[in-house]
Amino acid sequence: MNSSPAVQSAPDTHQDLHGGALDAAYKAAQVHAPAATLHRGADGTWALAGAWTVNGLGTLADTDTATAVGSEAASPPPRVLDGSAMVSMDSAGAWVLQHLLQSHQGHHPEHGEKREQREQGQPTRPQLLGWPARAEALMQALLQALESDSGRTLAQPPQHGFLHRSGQQAVAGAQQALAFLGFVGEVGMALAGALRHPQRLRWRVVLREVQIGGFQALPIVGLTSFLLGVVVAYQGAEQLRNYGANVFVVELVGYAMLREFAPLITAIIIAGRSGSAYAAQIGTMVVTEEIDALRTLGVSPQERLVLPKLLALALALPLLTVFADLTGVLGGMVMARSQLDISFVEFTSRFGRVMQGSAFLIGIGKALVFAFIIALIGCFQGFRTHGSADSVGRQTTLSVVQAIFLVIVVDAVFSVAFNLLDL
Amino acid sequence: MEDNASPVIELQQVCTRFGSHRVHEGLDLSVRRGEILGLAGGSGSGKSVLLREMILLQRPTSGRIRIFGVDVATLDAAQALALRRRWGVMFQGGGLFSSLTVRQNVGLPLREHTSLADALIDEIADWKLALTGLPPEAALKLPGELSGGMLKRAALARALSLDPELLFLDEPTSGLDPASSAGVDELILRTHSLFGSTIVIVSHDLDLLWQVTDRVAVLGEGRVIALDTMEALAQHEHATVRAYFNDRRGAPTRGTRAPA
Repeated sequence: MNSSPAVQSAPDTHQDLHGGALDAAYKAAQVHAPAATLHRGADGTWALAGAWTVNGLGTLADTDTATAVGSEAASPPPRVLDGSAMVSMDSAGAWVLQHLLQSHQGHHPEHGEKREQREQGQPTRPQLLGWPARAEALMQALLQALESDSGRTLAQPPQHGFLHRSGQQAVAGAQQALAFLGFVGEVGMALAGALRHPQRLRWRVVLREVQIGGFQALPIVGLTSFLLGVVVAYQGAEQLRNYGANVFVVELVGYAMLREFAPLITAIIIAGRSGSAYAAQIGTMVVTEEIDALRTLGVSPQERLVLPKLLALALALPLLTVFADLTGVLGGMVMARSQLDISFVEFTSRFGRVMQGSAFLIGIGKALVFAFIIALIGCFQGFRTHGSADSVGRQTTLSVVQAIFLVIVVDAVFSVAFNLLDL
Repeated sequence: MEDNASPVIELQQVCTRFGSHRVHEGLDLSVRRGEILGLAGGSGSGKSVLLREMILLQRPTSGRIRIFGVDVATLDAAQALALRRRWGVMFQGGGLFSSLTVRQNVGLPLREHTSLADALIDEIADWKLALTGLPPEAALKLPGELSGGMLKRAALARALSLDPELLFLDEPTSGLDPASSAGVDELILRTHSLFGSTIVIVSHDLDLLWQVTDRVAVLGEGRVIALDTMEALAQHEHATVRAYFNDRRGAPTRGTRAPA
């Protein structure tokens, strides 16, 4: 009762394919459809044959060819479209045919001539002769759509120039920096509130975050730092041997690892590991409206989500750095013994004598600052997600890139500051 | 429509279990060519699972599913692809790719499966969007920028992009206001008359079922409890069917809206 007459009477050969044989289904999907052809008669009759479908169109679908075929000859504009030999037609076929018709009637809708012509009297719509009912309905619908001008293609808006884009990016960057400051302020407020009422903080969640972000990161942090210690000692050994200053490898490895490399490599690994996880988790919560739900329930997402992560990382990252110190120096020791013949005993006793506690404390202090940077950037980028899965990915990437970049910038600032302070 | 013997979809003794939970127990159903069939039933009656089994996203525990006469359990990858190209699916949440514009979304099946030129694909995609009643500006938007009703239309346009013989619609009116729902009703009917597709609709929306379906299958107790026209179902004896169709909004409204 809902079908138009077209549906009921369709002698559509599509239906042969319905028949069910498996290879028929397979063929239908492959390019075995009979090729679509078009014969333009001198009397204005266009004879269509074959399958005017995505599979049968072949070169006819090539827009360039279509215009060429259309414009080449001076044959009269089509008055009759004979579809009696046509096997089937789908929307792609209908669209290509109307392209051919248009180029042959010498007007393109893009040039506005169509409108003039319409005012002078509609160019006669060609008569459809012997078409399969379904195809005819489709073609009529298409021609109708075009006449009402709704089938117009909008062009993609033009790309802006370099200046425009760099200006936009500069503004966006400044806005983001401001928003980050605002975010840091909000988290600060939440932290102050939590310090006043520590019982409101969910310590169980904090501990779980420590386990995920800290304890479970021990193997990768330890291994990376060990290898870094090996590399530092190996590179130093080459140079020190030249001067017979083998034993100074202890200072080299000690200061390099404790002050610089251990906190830095730990921060970089954790930025990639936990910072990205924070951004992705909060970003997904934004997409699924969980953050909005928290807000409407009167729960501050800063307190509920950001603080536990911040505190957990502030605890875990310095501890991880201690572990990285240990394995890094161990790596240096191993290398010193194999390359410079300095025994473990010699190494450790000299290490105890020459190293100052400040080097260790500076490294740990830096790790604490890095922890704040990583947690804040990760959460901040998570909250900046809007809308879609795509956005979650983008913000996660941004969180890692920005966190690592900021960690290195801050590390450089520390180096200069400590130098000035003679530390 | 009774003239055509072989059903488009044929389910025989389909059973689905998740662990000890039985969703379908010996479910039989056949969908005739060219009809619009509604799948109704309470929450948890296995409508969506059944839909997923029909579109090859999930396998039943046992039983046979034949689509276009082909047993889907025996397909190899190429045959499955060939079959998939003959149907279009509109997912409940739209399922549009959020990183692509609406036009690219609609053109994606054409781009993947045909060798048509890009410009041509864009034009066809725009036409499909116009067919579903979207304004031309919508083509350049990302799915995230569309309203719920527009999203449904865009999703339908993508399902239609290969002129499918068989169309699956999962809750096409869920989350829409009554006016938009009426628009979707009309859209489904127009699609049906233009492309002649067989359409399977999973829906809770009684208005929609009254408006567009030829027959409705009511699922419950792991099988099809009743399969008939809405008029007949409204008089049905079975308690579950009665509970589902009576004392609810959307009692016979058919005819009060302008037919498409």
